[in-house]
Amino acid sequence: MSRETFDRELQALQDRVISLGSQVSAMLMDSVLFLKTRDMKGSREIIKTDHKVNEMRYAIEEEVLALIALRQPAAIDLRTLAAILEIAGELERIGDYAKGIGKINLLIGEETLIKPIIDLPIMAQKVQSMLDRVLEAFIDRDIEAARAIPKDDDEIDDFYKQVYTELAALIMAKPSRLEQANYLLWAAHNLERSGDRVINLCERIIFTVTGKLEEID
Amino acid sequence: MNNTKLETKNYSMNYGSFRALEDINMQIPEKQVTALIGPSGCGKSTFLRTFNRMNDLIPGVWIEGEVTMEGKDIFEIDVVNLRQQVGMVFQKPNPFPKSIFDNVAYGPRANGLTDRNALAELVEHSLRGAALWDEVKDDLDKSGLALSGGQQQRLCIARALAVEPSVILMDEPASALDPIATLRIEELIRELRENYTIVIVTHNMQQAARVSDFTGFFYTGESRTGKLIEFDLTRNIFTNPADKRTEDYITGRFG
Repeated sequence: MSRETFDRELQALQDRVISLGSQVSAMLMDSVLFLKTRDMKGSREIIKTDHKVNEMRYAIEEEVLALIALRQPAAIDLRTLAAILEIAGELERIGDYAKGIGKINLLIGEETLIKPIIDLPIMAQKVQSMLDRVLEAFIDRDIEAARAIPKDDDEIDDFYKQVYTELAALIMAKPSRLEQANYLLWAAHNLERSGDRVINLCERIIFTVTGKLEEID
Repeated sequence: MNNTKLETKNYSMNYGSFRALEDINMQIPEKQVTALIGPSGCGKSTFLRTFNRMNDLIPGVWIEGEVTMEGKDIFEIDVVNLRQQVGMVFQKPNPFPKSIFDNVAYGPRANGLTDRNALAELVEHSLRGAALWDEVKDDLDKSGLALSGGQQQRLCIARALAVEPSVILMDEPASALDPIATLRIEELIRELRENYTIVIVTHNMQQAARVSDFTGFFYTGESRTGKLIEFDLTRNIFTNPADKRTEDYITGRFG
């Protein structure tokens, strides 16, 4: 096998991972904006897009397995493929969280919102920024960036706690708000979890470069 | 970690003024498979041939450093004795133009064994050890040359086993064989590892990955002098080698 052929195949595979990441990043942001603007049509689109995201992930997995079987990669090539398998899985999960937020919008339906949606778009923006940077770090195999990105997750966690406290107060004041508050809390939870997934991506980038699996707290 | 069976310390080998190997430090563990890999001309076969002193036959060869087996200087061991303990299997199967039985009995007879029953027992034991017995037990009088390539190679392994060595050196033992015969040899190497220390030179990196416990990567720069770049557990070499040159070689970036 010529190295050039394999390099082209790896590059093409990496492009697909980046394209999956960009898709998911946009989806997550949109899902929150549709919730904010109560755009049901948009949310239904998100749910549909999630199928596409799943298919992209399966296609990446198949390609990874094919390259392992056909090219017998070793060392950094093998680690790259193992990392891509994980990264594609994590990205797909973020897609699921976006779909979840889309469903929440549909579940809340015509009801008036118990609070204006302010914090969730900020959280989504922060996750999106982390996600976009992690994809760049993957392209550049930049472990310094991969080690720095997880710090931003603390802010997302703080926002989640704030949303939680606020919703709890709204429920206490008027228990009939429970159902919708629960939905909104789930949306915040999905964003918080998305941030955690981005940290997993950072760990995989470090593994690709160094061969060491290290947990970032 | 197993005991060290073979060891080189600051070992260099020269053909006249040409330095073929330089400063090789390697500890080859007992009853493990050690693979030597590297591009053509990197000195891995030369290094392999050090252990049964085959390089001694080449005029103008001189060495520096130490080569020991179980701590004993191999150059102080009688060479016939050494080669009885360190068997060798070559790239091309090279049975003698004799019967299968006589091929395997050749070494023991040369060592003075004449008892027919003892010879028959040893031949069977060696052929079983080389995973060939079931295929040839009814044809022991047939010529060794009538066997298939893969069988011939296993016959050569049986012949090596018959003198009861503790080390088996293999120089590209499967490169002249088809894939099925290759797999049988690889299986056999894994079985032999129970009782023997095996050192194998191979150009086939996947083969090194499949059969060996330890891998040494040899490389020669501009000087054409072979050096040991990295020696480690095979799983480390193939998942996360420490040296960039090893990584470049095993990922096909050169060589």
